[in-house]
Amino acid sequence: MHIVVCVKQVPDTTEVRVDPQTNTLIREGVSSIINPYDAHAVEEAVSLKKRHGGRVTVISMGPPQAEEVIRRSIAMGADKGILLSDRNFAGSDTLATSYILAMGIIKITEEHPVDLVLCGKQAIDGDTAQVGPGIAVRLGMPLLTYVMKIESVDLSSREIKVHRKLEEKKVLVASRMPAVLTVVKDINELSYSSLPNLLRAARYRAIIWSQQDLEVDTEQIGLRGSPTSVSKIFAPPQRGQGEIIKGGRDNPENAARILVDKLLKTKIIANK
Amino acid sequence: MTEKFDVIVVGAGPAGISAALTTARAGLNTILIERGDFPGSKNVMGGVLYRQPTEEIVPGFYKKAPLERHIIEQRLWILDKNSVVSLGYKTQRHGEEPYNAFTVLRARFDRWLAAQAVEQGVLLITETVVEDLLVDDGHVVGVKTGRPDGELLGNVVVLAEGVNSMLTQKMELKKDGLKTTELAVAVKEIIALPKAKIEDRFNLEQGQGVTIELVGESTQGMVGTGFIYTNTDSISIGVGALLSHIVRRKINPNELLEHLKNHPMVRPLIEGGETKEYLGHLIPEGGYKAIPKLYGNGVLVVGDAAGFVNGIHREGSNMAMISGKTAGQVIIEAHKMGEFDERSLSRYDKYLSNSFILKDLQKYQNASGFMETHDHIFSLYPKLANFVAHELITVDSVPKKEKQRRILKEVTARRSKVELLKDAYRGWRVMG
Amino acid sequence: MAVTVIEKNCIACGLCVQTCPFEALEIKGDVVVDPKKCTNCGDCVEVCPAAALELDEPPKEMSAEEIMDVEEHEDAAKDKKDQLKEYRGVWVFIEQVGGIAAPVSWELLGAGTRLAKQIDMELVGILLGDKAEHLVGEAFAYGADKVYLVEHPLLKDYTTEPYTQALVSLAKKYKPEIFLLGATSLGRDLAGAVATRLQTGLTADCTELTVDESSRYLMQTRPAFGGNIMATIVCRHKRPQMASVRPRVMPMPSKQEGRHGELVKENVELRAEGYTSKIIEIIEEKGSAVYLDKAEIIVAAGRGIGSKDNLKILQDLADTLGGTMAASRAAVDAGWVEHSYQVGQTGVTVRPKIYFAVGISGAIQHLVGMQTSDVIVAINIDPEAPIFKFATFGLVGDFAKIVPALTNEFKKRLGA
Repeated sequence: MHIVVCVKQVPDTTEVRVDPQTNTLIREGVSSIINPYDAHAVEEAVSLKKRHGGRVTVISMGPPQAEEVIRRSIAMGADKGILLSDRNFAGSDTLATSYILAMGIIKITEEHPVDLVLCGKQAIDGDTAQVGPGIAVRLGMPLLTYVMKIESVDLSSREIKVHRKLEEKKVLVASRMPAVLTVVKDINELSYSSLPNLLRAARYRAIIWSQQDLEVDTEQIGLRGSPTSVSKIFAPPQRGQGEIIKGGRDNPENAARILVDKLLKTKIIANK
Repeated sequence: MTEKFDVIVVGAGPAGISAALTTARAGLNTILIERGDFPGSKNVMGGVLYRQPTEEIVPGFYKKAPLERHIIEQRLWILDKNSVVSLGYKTQRHGEEPYNAFTVLRARFDRWLAAQAVEQGVLLITETVVEDLLVDDGHVVGVKTGRPDGELLGNVVVLAEGVNSMLTQKMELKKDGLKTTELAVAVKEIIALPKAKIEDRFNLEQGQGVTIELVGESTQGMVGTGFIYTNTDSISIGVGALLSHIVRRKINPNELLEHLKNHPMVRPLIEGGETKEYLGHLIPEGGYKAIPKLYGNGVLVVGDAAGFVNGIHREGSNMAMISGKTAGQVIIEAHKMGEFDERSLSRYDKYLSNSFILKDLQKYQNASGFMETHDHIFSLYPKLANFVAHELITVDSVPKKEKQRRILKEVTARRSKVELLKDAYRGWRVMG
Repeated sequence: MAVTVIEKNCIACGLCVQTCPFEALEIKGDVVVDPKKCTNCGDCVEVCPAAALELDEPPKEMSAEEIMDVEEHEDAAKDKKDQLKEYRGVWVFIEQVGGIAAPVSWELLGAGTRLAKQIDMELVGILLGDKAEHLVGEAFAYGADKVYLVEHPLLKDYTTEPYTQALVSLAKKYKPEIFLLGATSLGRDLAGAVATRLQTGLTADCTELTVDESSRYLMQTRPAFGGNIMATIVCRHKRPQMASVRPRVMPMPSKQEGRHGELVKENVELRAEGYTSKIIEIIEEKGSAVYLDKAEIIVAAGRGIGSKDNLKILQDLADTLGGTMAASRAAVDAGWVEHSYQVGQTGVTVRPKIYFAVGISGAIQHLVGMQTSDVIVAINIDPEAPIFKFATFGLVGDFAKIVPALTNEFKKRLGA
C-alpha cells in the first residue's frame, strides 16, 4: 500500500502578532512547526503501513526551510519526502496550493501508484480546511473529511471504511480507493520516534521538485493562480473593558450577590 | 543494529557545540544530542558573549551570527535602598572591529552556533534525553537515550550536560554531588523596549550596548549580583544569589527580581517595557574545589558540568567553549592513536591546567568560600559606600575635617578598624 | 508605454499583480512588467502600498502593430470584466440534515439580505435534499427572495460528490455573484470541493462580510494565525465570490411569518454508480449530543480550575441556570474535558447570552471563539489575566469560593 501524506510547515500561531502601528505581521522569532493535524496524518499513515505493509511518502509545498517538516515526518517513520519548492509557488492561495499539491501527487503516482492520500483536517495558520477537498476534486478521488478512525482497509476489493466525526454524530462511511482523507486529532496518539528513525531524519535530504519538474500551468500557480488575495490585515479589535467587581478574594459571597444582581438586571436569566 | 560514532556529545550548549564542531572539522563522525526542542531552547546565561574565545570556535563569527549589541561600556553599581555609587569604563576601542564582547540571546545564538556545527558534518538530534551511559568493563562505550531502540555506541562520550550533571555524578566523576553552597540561582527577564528608547536611556549610539553589574541592595545583601544588559530591542535584567543564602533567607528569587525591577534607580530604565520571557537557571559557583574529575575511560566532562564558571569575573560561556574545544582536540589526538582510555584522555586535564581556565579558577579557589562566610561584603559595605558618598557630596556647611571625622566614626561603629583591615587582607589574599 | 517599477521601493507584495486587469505584471523577485500587455491604466499604481510603480509618459508614437496589440489586450480584459458582470445575485446554501435546517443557514440569509440590498440583487436560497420542500417557507421567512430546490434520493444524506455536482451545475447555470455557506463540517467539506470545481476563490470562517460599493468586491474578513490577526480577503477576477461563516457568528435574523418568494424546482442528473463513497451507518454520540453553539448560557472551564474533580463545582452552576458546560483548549489538552466541548479557534464558536469563563486566562485562540457572547463573566485568580480585558464583569479570586457562592445566590434568587 502506498500512502501519500500532505504536510505543511506553519508558524507556531500562539506567537504571531500584528504590529499595531504598521498592521504588518511580526514574524521575527516565531518558530515553525509541523501543522499538528498533519502530524496525526503522518502517524496514521505509518501505523497503516505497519498493518498492511507498503510505503509512506510525505509531500509539502513551501520554501526550502520547510524541509524541516519533511524531516520531522521521516522521524515519525515516513519513507520518503518531497518538497515542492519554487519561487513561483509563493503567494498561492488554497486553490493554487491544492493544484500544485495535486500535480505533485500525480507525479508521485507515476513513479508508484497511490492508494490513499492523507491530510490534516486544516492548517492552524489559515484554518481554512480547503486544501484537502481541493486535492480530492483535482485528483478525482472520493473525499472523506474529519476522519477519526480508519475502520478497515481492504486492498483486494479496494475499499476503505472510516468513521467521520461530525458536529452531532459520527458516521461510518465506505469508499472506493484511492481516496483523500482529512483527519482529526482523535484518530491517534502521536508516538515517540525511535532513535534510528531520528538519526535517519537528521541525515535525510528531501527531494525538491520545482515548477519545471511538475510541469504545472503557470496561470494556475502563485499569485496569478490565486483568485483570493489579502487586501489588508489588522490586529483583532478589543472588546471594551468591562467592570471588575471587587471583593472576589476577601468576600466572595458579597461579590457573588453583586454580580447576580447585575446579571438579573440584564433580564437574560429569567427571574422566576 | 546499534550505530557507532567516533564522538558522542551530550548537550548542545556552547561547550557541547564547540566540542562537536572541533571533532567534526577533523573529520570525526560526531553526534550531538540535545534534550530541548532546539539547541539553546533550554540554555540560559546573563547574556554577555566574549569575542576572543568565541572566535576560537568560529573565526569571524561576529560578521554573521545573531548578536544583539557590541558592548562599549561596563558599569558597576553599588546599590543601597534608594541610592547608587556608580563606577564604569567606556571606550571607543570596544566600539569597532574586532570588538570585545556582545550581548546575545542564547536561544538565537546557540541555534546559530549549532547550525555551524551541522554544516561541518555534526549530526544533531534534539528532544532526546540521554538517560545513562553504556559502560563495559569500566569503560564508557556509548549512551542510552530515552527513545525506543535508543542506544548508541561511541569511542568517546563528551558530557556537556550542564549544571545538573546527572551523568557526571552517575559516573562518580563528581563523587560528593552538588551542594547548595556551590550553586547560585539566577533568574532573568527579557523586557521588550523600542531600540531608540534603549539608546536614549543608556546613552548609546546605534548598535552599541552597555552592561551594568549591580551589588548590594540588588540581592538584598545576599552573596550574588544583579545585572542589566542592553539587547537590540530588549533589556535583559536579572539577579543571582548563592542557593545556600536563598535557602537560609527564604527569599524567592522571583521576588528578588521584582524588588530589583522596582528599585528607584532601575525602574526608569525598564519603564514601559513588556516582559517577553522569564528564565531561571542554576550556576555552578563552586569554583576550583568543586571541579569533578574531568576524564575517565572513554569520557570527558566540559562546560558547566565541569563547574567551569568564574563568578568573580562573570565568565562561563567562554570557559565552556574553550573547554569544549580542548576536549575536541584531545579526542582528535586520541583518535589518531586509537586509544580512548583514561591515560590517553588525561591529556585534557593537562591542557586545561596550562590554560586560563584552571589557572583562573585556582587563583580564586577560596573566593566563593570567603564570600559565603563574609556576606557583609554584600550587605554592609554597599551601604557604607553609599553613606560615605552621600556625606561627601552633600553640601551642608560642615567643615571638611569634621565631616571626615564623622564618616570615620560612623563607619568604624559599624565595623571596627581591625575587622576592616582583616577583611581587606583576606579579600586581597583570595582575590589578589 | 508601460508602468515602471522602482525596484528599491518594491516589496514584492503582489497586490499590483492581483489588481492588473491585463495580467501584465508578475513577481520575479521584484515586480516585472510585460510591456506588451501593460496599457498604462494606472490601477497598479493606485494599489501599490510602497510607491514602487510609476506611470510612463505616453510615448510619442506607436506603431500600428503596437496599437493592435494593446487593443487586443484591452479587449480581452474588457471581455473578462464583462464575463464577471454576468454573475448576479447572492446565494445562500441552506444546510439540512434529516429534514432539519442548520440554524446557520438562517443566520446567513440574514447576512445575505444585507449584502443583496447593498448591490441591489436578489437573495437566493439553495436547498438540496430528498424530501426538503417543507423548508422552503422558512427560507422565505428568513429573507430569501427565491429558492432553488433540488430533490433527489441521492441527496438524502450528505456525501461530497452528489452535493458538489448539484451545486456546481446550479452555479454554472445561474452564475451567482456571491455564494455563502455555513462553516459546519458539512459546509466546509462541500465548499472546498465546489470552489475547486468552479475554479474560484473561497474564504473560510468569515466574521464580517461587506461589499465595497465601487468595485462590488465582497470584503471578507476573517481571523488568521489562530486569531492573532484579522485579514480582509477579496476575490477580484473570479466568480462567484465564495465565503463560509461559522455558526453563531452572524446574528439570527427575525423570522417574518407569511413572507413569500419564488420557488424554482431544478432537476440535476445524478447517478448512483458515478459515486464512490456511501454512508453505511450513522453512529450517534453516546448520551446527549453537544449543542454548544446553540447554548444560551455557558459555563466554561480553563486550566485554572486545577483538576478534573473541580468540574462539578462548575456543573452545579450550569445546572442551576440550565446552562451547558464548555472548556478551553488547555482544559481539553489536560484531559479533563472531551474535545467536543472546546471553545475557540480549534473548537466551536459560541455566542451565548452569558458566558462564564472560569479559570480561563483568555488566550487569543480562545477569545475568538466566544468574544461575541452578549455578556462575559470572567473569574480568575490572576488580576492580570487577559480575559479581564474582554469580560463584561470580572471577579478576581479563587473560583472554588466564588463559583459556589454564585450558585447559592442564583438558587436563592431564582427560587430553585
